[in-house]
Amino acid sequence: MSAASQKRTALFYAQLIFTLLVCAFLVVPMVLSIMAGVTANYFVGIKSGVTTKWLVEVWNLYDRTIFLSIGIALASVVCTLVLGVPAAYVLAKRQGRVSRLIEELLVLPVAVPGLATALALIQFWGPFPQFRTSWLFILVGHVIFTLPFMVRPVLAIMLTGDLKSLEEAAATLGARFAQRFFSVVVPNVKGGILAGSLMVFTLSVGEFNITWMLHTPLTMTLPVGLADSYASMRLEIGSAYTIIFFVIIIPLLMAMQSMGGRTRDRARP
Amino acid sequence: MSAPARRNTWLLVALMAPAAAFFLAFWLLPMVRLVGVGAGGPQGLSAYLLVITNESYFRSLLNTLGLSAAVTAATLVIACIAGLFLERNQFAGRSVLIAVLTFPLAFPGVVVGFLIILLCGRQGIVGEITLRLTGEKLVLAYTLGGLFLGYLYFSIPRVILTVMAAAEKLDHALVEAARTLGANPWQILRDVTIPALMPALISSGAICFATSVGAFGTAFTLATNITVLPMTIYGEFTNYANLSVAAALSIVLGIVTWAVLALARSLAGNTVAAAA
Repeated sequence: MSAASQKRTALFYAQLIFTLLVCAFLVVPMVLSIMAGVTANYFVGIKSGVTTKWLVEVWNLYDRTIFLSIGIALASVVCTLVLGVPAAYVLAKRQGRVSRLIEELLVLPVAVPGLATALALIQFWGPFPQFRTSWLFILVGHVIFTLPFMVRPVLAIMLTGDLKSLEEAAATLGARFAQRFFSVVVPNVKGGILAGSLMVFTLSVGEFNITWMLHTPLTMTLPVGLADSYASMRLEIGSAYTIIFFVIIIPLLMAMQSMGGRTRDRARP
Repeated sequence: MSAPARRNTWLLVALMAPAAAFFLAFWLLPMVRLVGVGAGGPQGLSAYLLVITNESYFRSLLNTLGLSAAVTAATLVIACIAGLFLERNQFAGRSVLIAVLTFPLAFPGVVVGFLIILLCGRQGIVGEITLRLTGEKLVLAYTLGGLFLGYLYFSIPRVILTVMAAAEKLDHALVEAARTLGANPWQILRDVTIPALMPALISSGAICFATSVGAFGTAFTLATNITVLPMTIYGEFTNYANLSVAAALSIVLGIVTWAVLALARSLAGNTVAAAA
């Protein structure tokens, strides 16, 4: 890049300092919460000693929320795959007004605040208490919210790739639709499926706005548990719980970032 | 239509059916019912005007829109400065900074709220520093300022990454041409870079605004003294069991966010991906 080879000016350093300040704004609170989670008494400070007792306590209090969140996130990936990949295939095959309308509709649950979606689900499905109080109710909310994030990357790859001629070749060779779909279409959109799955999993693990309204005391997810601990536990416990959340979510975000980086690099000449 | 073509169409319909049925049962029909519930209260259809006619709801709406507009403006300025810088310069540690910027992308709103409390709550680091410097403790977290910082926290990463992606595609020859013609950096920014980035700025700004308007988790942790519309809706639903007003207000909120995104898309082309 030609800009990089230029002499570093005062403008460069001014922008660098500004960017560092922005990063500090994002990172300092994270560091504070990690410190608070391993400090014996945050109000006394780090001199009160470093401890893992808060982490242990969080595990004893909230371990079920962690497993439930991971379970719901995995189930969301499976559901969005089953619903989303065939839907993306149809949208790729028929690019018309109806397809555009369907795409628009599928994105609505993301455009509209989670609170509205949750209220709608509660008053519509409330009369079915068995469903209303089970973890499946939360799963449904997550699938509705994450479905576009599976459809979009898969559809994008289907539209750019040479899927049509590959499929035609397979059809000429006598492959039936199911064979074509699973041995030609799916392998060719692997990248989109992987990116979509990672995104769906990450969003599901972090989802709060819908889940807070849909949960019951027995179906607390990780973010709901976090809100509960912030409201009712001491600061150290909330912080230790946040550390556990970071440990789960940050590797996912880094994987997403490196995948995005790779596709970008490939697109570069 | 020939027989194979018709069979093909049926196949496509069958492939779309599961997603369509799921969407219908768990979003579209419940939403349509919610619109009816909103109009089914003692006020009838005029419940939909309450957000304007009722003084406290109206104030809550103004708070929400004002806060979201301020957050959007600040985020766009910050993201342009930092995003353009990161895209155009290579230096040691650059990829660390970019990684740091992506972390908050999937933090739930409650976590962001908690982080703001650690930053500038009663025991926050900002309070400690200001206490030492000025003798007075600055506690921002539970004010409009705290909400502003919280919304900024979750908005910055999203917009910076969009700005960087758009700046990457920017035609560098244009910048070079402007420079050769004697334009100074400020003129290049104003006349070349910003116009080229405009579609990305409009779309990410719209996403930022819509996300802020609908943000619940952060407000849930921080908004003890100030009301924003999502908290008003939540209060009506849980404290007063006032489902029809909660329904009407949340439909209005949904229409606002959807309209902002749709408007941005018509202005900026089909690049407005929905917010997470």
